[in-house]
Amino acid sequence: MRISYREAMRQALHEALANDPRVFLMGEDVGRYGGTYAVSKGFYDEFGPERIRDTPLSELGFVGAGIGAALGGMRPIVEVMTVNFSLLALDQIVNSAALLRHMSGGQVSVPLVIRMATGAGRQLAAQHSHSLENWYAHIPGIRVLAPATIADARGMLGPALADPDPVVIFEHAQLYNMEDDLRDEPNEDWACDIEHAAIRRPGSQLSLITYGGSLPKALDAAAELARDGIDVEVVDLRVLRPLDTATIAESVSRTHRAVIVDEGWRSGSLAAEVMARIVERCFYDLDAPPLRVCSEEVPIPYAKHMEDAALPQAAKIVAAVREVLNV
Amino acid sequence: MATVARFEIGFTRFLDAEGEATQELPAFVLDPANLIPLYRAMQLTRAFDTKAIALQRTGKIGTFASALGQEAIGVGVAGAMRKEDVLVPSYRDHAAQFVRGVTMTESLLYWGGDESGSNFSVPREDFPICVPIGTQVCHAAGVAYAFKLRKEPRVATCFLGDGATSKGDFYEALNFAAVWRAPLVVVINNNQWAISVPREHQSATPTLAQKAIAAGIEGVQVDGNDVIAVHDAARKAIDKARAGGGPSLIEAISYRLGDHTTADDATRYRDPDVVQQQWANEPIRRLRNYLARIGAWDQEKEERLLKECTEQINAAVEAYLAIPPPATTAMFDHLYATLPATLQEQREAAQWFASRDGGGSHG
Ligand SMILES: Cc1ncc(C[n+]2csc(CCOP(=O)(O)OP(=O)(O)O)c2C)c(N)n1
Ligand SMILES: [Mg+2]
Repeated sequence: MRISYREAMRQALHEALANDPRVFLMGEDVGRYGGTYAVSKGFYDEFGPERIRDTPLSELGFVGAGIGAALGGMRPIVEVMTVNFSLLALDQIVNSAALLRHMSGGQVSVPLVIRMATGAGRQLAAQHSHSLENWYAHIPGIRVLAPATIADARGMLGPALADPDPVVIFEHAQLYNMEDDLRDEPNEDWACDIEHAAIRRPGSQLSLITYGGSLPKALDAAAELARDGIDVEVVDLRVLRPLDTATIAESVSRTHRAVIVDEGWRSGSLAAEVMARIVERCFYDLDAPPLRVCSEEVPIPYAKHMEDAALPQAAKIVAAVREVLNV
Repeated sequence: MATVARFEIGFTRFLDAEGEATQELPAFVLDPANLIPLYRAMQLTRAFDTKAIALQRTGKIGTFASALGQEAIGVGVAGAMRKEDVLVPSYRDHAAQFVRGVTMTESLLYWGGDESGSNFSVPREDFPICVPIGTQVCHAAGVAYAFKLRKEPRVATCFLGDGATSKGDFYEALNFAAVWRAPLVVVINNNQWAISVPREHQSATPTLAQKAIAAGIEGVQVDGNDVIAVHDAARKAIDKARAGGGPSLIEAISYRLGDHTTADDATRYRDPDVVQQQWANEPIRRLRNYLARIGAWDQEKEERLLKECTEQINAAVEAYLAIPPPATTAMFDHLYATLPATLQEQREAAQWFASRDGGGSHG
């Protein structure tokens, strides 16, 4: 069955709403509009305005209300338009959602799912184009997911809702229109693991490690390199917190080389964290210093030629791989 | 129980939808020479909006937010400001910006993705457009406080939407501006919509103006499609702020006749018939009817004005299109006063990437 990433996400949400009366969706324009990225299209009519709740324009307020509803026995799914505006709710996420289990001595649990679009590439200018997954990946107490395939878009939400702790799901804005075949399983249990990284393309000469919106670019780069006889492995982190160090280390100790692709800004990036773990775990296996392909450290520009130049691109990835392999 | 406080919110309109005076008009209106510039500015904004949407559709600029139907708000308020006052705009406030002296070419550069469009040639101290909703109200309170600290008789004027009044930033800004008695005038463009969310889902309060009461300042409601009412309220609030009377809030009631932005299609969530009915209230026809009634306007003047607007806009578009798109490395410009050496390397990488496929284009 061939579906889009948007549709996969929509089906996952639909299933959650249909099967669990504790689940409800809230956020800006999720109702009649059907969500900024049309993920909740049709839900308003099907589930009604109380379960598909258009919120007033106040990110801090409705993320906080999601925490309260989760504490109160519901399974809220809060949609924040983009990671950019989630910053207004950062206090609620960092100082409440992530801490309440610990600071209540284990008495309470915050089974909240926060979904947000992230990333650039759609000419939406600096204040709509940040890629701040690493900010969230920094916070103990939450789980951070970055579905980058149709199967993960379909399968991560269920386990995220089942997780008794808060989960943040990043949907890269450039992935929504991506289409792929979804494996057709008779039991229709799409639930996938939300613990491990995945090898998306096996290879022997170098590990290309990435996540989210950069995965298709990394796969394009790997395909291009393959045409020149260069065999690259592509690792999709999938789970940004807690990071699956074992899969990263296993891959790099086999290929002996690594390039990390991350749409975040280089300094203090997730790529930096991955690199640190490679150095800690695989230092003596490395045949060359690893490299990073990140966004340039500028506000993401509005004009297309500049935006393209600011972001990781297949051509930049190919160049970095060649540099590490010295070919 | 004893009543310890009592409040009310006034609503002002001078011209009804047909341009008929509903009460005695304020003194400045008695000379039509004071009204014609307001009329002209509204027409210019509307014609600019039409042109800008066409430019977006043909890929010459990026996403654009039109002010269709809300021209009277920006024009009425900016017309009441002094040159040395400061405008703190949101993304739908080019009507006010043009009155302040921002050029249409600069506006096109902004919407075309060239940050130099926010480096205004005339109102050098006006703030750039603010996109993160509501955050500008805090900035406006801060700049107003700066005026107060330096004992300058200047006023900050800030615009926001009806949706933005749900944000904490808005309440917080009003609160501290009130405590500090900062010379601030906050103007809500209540165009009834925040993208797809209608006004009644945004706030349960019968008015948005009453949000001022929680901050302890004056809040008034005006017909935002009556440029005379907007201008009069803005003048009073600005005069009061300048005289040390502290901040005020003005809710200008209007209607978003167009899509939220060019990236939106409002037929997905609102009834086109209702929008059509709202055209009866729009501000330009209203003022034109009034001016015609008092003999200050006729068909010939109208045609001449529209022709002038078109010429001015075409010249601005030509100037915009003649400006080469910024170099790829422009994204590193103005990031810091002096670019740190570590970023120089990234600048070179961007240059390398750009040199692979030539320069860019507008939009
Ligand atoms: C903090 C923040 N949240 C969300 C958005 C996305 N957004 C852009 S415009 C808008 C609606 C604003 O409505 P309103 O304040 O009424 O202004 P209008 O567009 O109607 O002029 C939203 C939610 C944003 N820009 N900033
Ligand atoms: Mg509005």
